[in-house]
Amino acid sequence: MTRQRETFSPLQRGLHWAMAVLVIAMLFIGIGMVTTLHPVYLTLVAIHKPLGIVILILVLLRLAVRLKQGKPPLPDDLPRLQHLGAHASHLLLYALLFAQPLLGWAMLSAGGYPVVLYGPIRLPPIAPHNDALHAVLRAGHTWCAYLLFATILLHLAAALFHGLIRRDGVLGSMVFRRERV
Amino acid sequence: MPHQPHTIPLSPAQIALRLAGIGAVLAVSGAGFAYAGGWFSPARLTPARIVTALADRGGDPLGHRRNHSKGVCFTGDFAANGQGAHYSTAAVLAKGDYPVTGRFGIATGNLLAADITGRVKSMAIRIVAPNGAEWRSGMNDSPVFAVATPQAFYEMTQAQDVDPATGKPDPAAMKHFAKTHPGFAPFAAWAKTTPWTPSWADQPYNSLNAFRFIDAGGDRHLVRWSMQPTVPLDPVPVAELAKLGPNYLQNDLSQRLTKGPLTWHLIVTLAAPGDPSNDATKAWPTDRTHVVVGTLTVNQTQPEANGPCRDLNYDPTILPTGIQISDDPLLPARSAAYAKSFDLRTSEAADYPRKTPAEGSKP
Repeated sequence: MTRQRETFSPLQRGLHWAMAVLVIAMLFIGIGMVTTLHPVYLTLVAIHKPLGIVILILVLLRLAVRLKQGKPPLPDDLPRLQHLGAHASHLLLYALLFAQPLLGWAMLSAGGYPVVLYGPIRLPPIAPHNDALHAVLRAGHTWCAYLLFATILLHLAAALFHGLIRRDGVLGSMVFRRERV
Repeated sequence: MPHQPHTIPLSPAQIALRLAGIGAVLAVSGAGFAYAGGWFSPARLTPARIVTALADRGGDPLGHRRNHSKGVCFTGDFAANGQGAHYSTAAVLAKGDYPVTGRFGIATGNLLAADITGRVKSMAIRIVAPNGAEWRSGMNDSPVFAVATPQAFYEMTQAQDVDPATGKPDPAAMKHFAKTHPGFAPFAAWAKTTPWTPSWADQPYNSLNAFRFIDAGGDRHLVRWSMQPTVPLDPVPVAELAKLGPNYLQNDLSQRLTKGPLTWHLIVTLAAPGDPSNDATKAWPTDRTHVVVGTLTVNQTQPEANGPCRDLNYDPTILPTGIQISDDPLLPARSAAYAKSFDLRTSEAADYPRKTPAEGSKP
């Protein structure tokens, strides 16, 4: 483990894929619940809130692991612009994953809603009850969701580009597979 | 990278094919997201469509609740007598006094509507227990609701659309709605026969939807509840009411409160097996067990423009532990639509008059 790693650690890969499933589910639940009057609405809302907190905890854990364990380097021959793009998009992903649960929590606080996670378990408000603030946070939550989804698509496209076109080992650093001899 | 794998170069055709594959993955993902958001289902009944339909009934909805738009705030308290604790573990039903932030309204989409246009009067309450658990409820003075499903509510709302040519809804549309929705009949009979009064104080306010109380043993009880007035009914012929001006309800409330607080008894009705849990158009038989669980005291009223109820969404699914929704499809729909209405009006602060509209002003 002293030489520079070529792949993310199993813990990092585990966190990545667990969060991938949860975040994508979260985005679909979110867009689905705000556009339906069907009884499933309340079920979706009841999943959305605790899941958001789970994601917040996971992103904090992930950030800590990332700072401690680092990451494999990008290929040397990667054009500078793609290098920059990779860094910027990952920063944006981390920022959005961190901001989105907080925006949701703050938005409910500003709307004067009790922030119910499950049954009697409630979170304290993290913003004052204020309609103007609610409006800003509510819109922010929506736009960050769209931006997050777009960034995830970009991330997916880049990963596939690395894996299928460049075939430079970048995709391999995050997927689980047998070690290359 | 130290161990760059050896790769055979791709032909231009292979590159094109793989790029197309990547594009297809993105397109399918994006389409899936759009599908979840209802982009491909224009017929889907969304909160936005309901709320838009409510706003199409005349008046300027910007900055306001899209339904029951005209109203006043009140503050008071709820004194639970402890009887409700036999049926529900809700903290607000344990013996004690709990603060209430409430609102009286009339069922109109027009903030400046004359009170005479509000056949249905409403009371909304938020009761907060010391542990922070909240009970929010939006209740109407009709004994039953006009419709049983969100779809029927949408159709009823559409039938009330104001025709721009006449400035009024098409009377034929509502007649057609009544004819095609037999569940509307009990509400219509109430609306036709119940005496009009110039007051919010003499009305009962009913949960309409059924809920479930969960007791300490974990048993579930299907219930509806009603705030029963303690002042005598003050019937006034409609022709006389019209002479009282556009804001007689607020005037009456203020006047009564100068003489002292107003009270309602909160009565919980326990369903018998077979009573409908999912149809708010059907009353339960009157011989069911009724339990008085406490008394609501209204001490003060405040104009909504800057009142304590303004920034509250009286979502009836905000319930304390010990009370749950039933399978009534109106409850999730109310929650979804109220949230949309709340999101809209809080974002329309620029249009929200922070002062009370001028007496008798017209839209």
